[in-house]
Amino acid sequence: MVQKLDTLVETPSQTAGPYVHIGLMPTYAGNAGYYDEEIGTSPIADGAKGEVIEIVGSVFDGTGWAMRDALLESWQPDAAGKFPGQEGADPAVTGLCRFAADADTGEFTLRTVKPGKVAQRGGGFAAPHISVWICARGINIGLQTRIYFEDEDNSTDPLLARIEQRPRVDTLIAKKIGEGKYRFDVRLQGEGETVFLDI
Amino acid sequence: MTDLGPLIPRNREAHPDAYDPAYKTSVARSPYLPLLSMESGLSEETGPTFGHSKLGVLDNNLILNWTKGAAPAVGERILMHGRVVDENNRAVPNTLVEIWQANAGGRYRHKKDTYLAPLDPNFGGCGRTLTDENGYYQFLTIRPGAYPWPNRGNDWRPMHIHISVYGHSFGQRLITQMYFEGDPLINHCPIAATIKNRSQLDRLVAPLDLASSRPLDFLAYKFDIVLRGRRQTMFENKLEGM
Repeated sequence: MVQKLDTLVETPSQTAGPYVHIGLMPTYAGNAGYYDEEIGTSPIADGAKGEVIEIVGSVFDGTGWAMRDALLESWQPDAAGKFPGQEGADPAVTGLCRFAADADTGEFTLRTVKPGKVAQRGGGFAAPHISVWICARGINIGLQTRIYFEDEDNSTDPLLARIEQRPRVDTLIAKKIGEGKYRFDVRLQGEGETVFLDI
Repeated sequence: MTDLGPLIPRNREAHPDAYDPAYKTSVARSPYLPLLSMESGLSEETGPTFGHSKLGVLDNNLILNWTKGAAPAVGERILMHGRVVDENNRAVPNTLVEIWQANAGGRYRHKKDTYLAPLDPNFGGCGRTLTDENGYYQFLTIRPGAYPWPNRGNDWRPMHIHISVYGHSFGQRLITQMYFEGDPLINHCPIAATIKNRSQLDRLVAPLDLASSRPLDFLAYKFDIVLRGRRQTMFENKLEGM
């Protein structure tokens, strides 16, 4: 026998299921007005500093079908790279957004400010990115990934540098499709599979 | 030890695999390639905070919140309660806990749910609350019904309540489900069975908690939640280049 550890084991995940929207996005589920104030409807308030951008995309399953029931959450810092709660952070950036694939087209839209680069523990910076978490029926534990931007300098980003197969880096980079508009598609499996994170 | 270290890496063996053919929908929705593992940074160690100002007084009372207190929902009245702690067994105070569930007949109030059990006009099926300074939370609700779902020929979901928690950092994000002690359907459910370690699955089964029930009013079920913790050693703040 050995001594007993005091640490606990994390509670196991279960799928968020097909009706996740009831709990996290009641208006989307058809229950508008359930709460006085819904959470995560926008990551920014009026007056947020920086460039307001729109990111559109879809989450594709392994057959190439754009999932109609995917729910995504994003978390990001302000235009200067400060997260809500950090000293000097832009008070108009709340950072969290919940958004869902359209039930008819499977396309999502995230409207936010472009984030700044983020200081790393031990020095250096991560290139500007938005953290994304995806859940849906059939996803047993939420999938983490990141949105980077093709018009930013991503050359010294420590996470992108860790991706061995260089073409896969592109799966994390939003393509510019217009002024302040980007496209970011997620592919859950197979050809062009998005890099998912354990972080 | 003033600064918290990175998040403790997630123990993936505590969780279901992404791919589980008995849960058919997972087959086309599971990554083939391994996840990219890295130490957490600010993007994962920070997270949203929520104030009491956003929450309504009935938000954690699902018996009454759909009708804004006008009429109670049908079903077996229960208190669902417990604590949110991290892997270091420290309370996670002031964190958002959200739940959603079917009504007593097993029907969700969602535009996509067409199960033949009727909607309860007095039940919406979602609630939210913040943990107190000790990580404690509670909801008053009704026990959800079991329901059939299209998977294999005759699959039924055991009675369950979905739970979503943030903790204090986006990397602690967790969604799971609470099951009820004694429900025979747990052992037949391919979603519950995605958790291969039986002792881990047992942690999702809430025991009947008679001591917390209120006579002539409601039964109680206790459900504690453990989120990822932060590494805490004096060696965290390593100098550049070391």
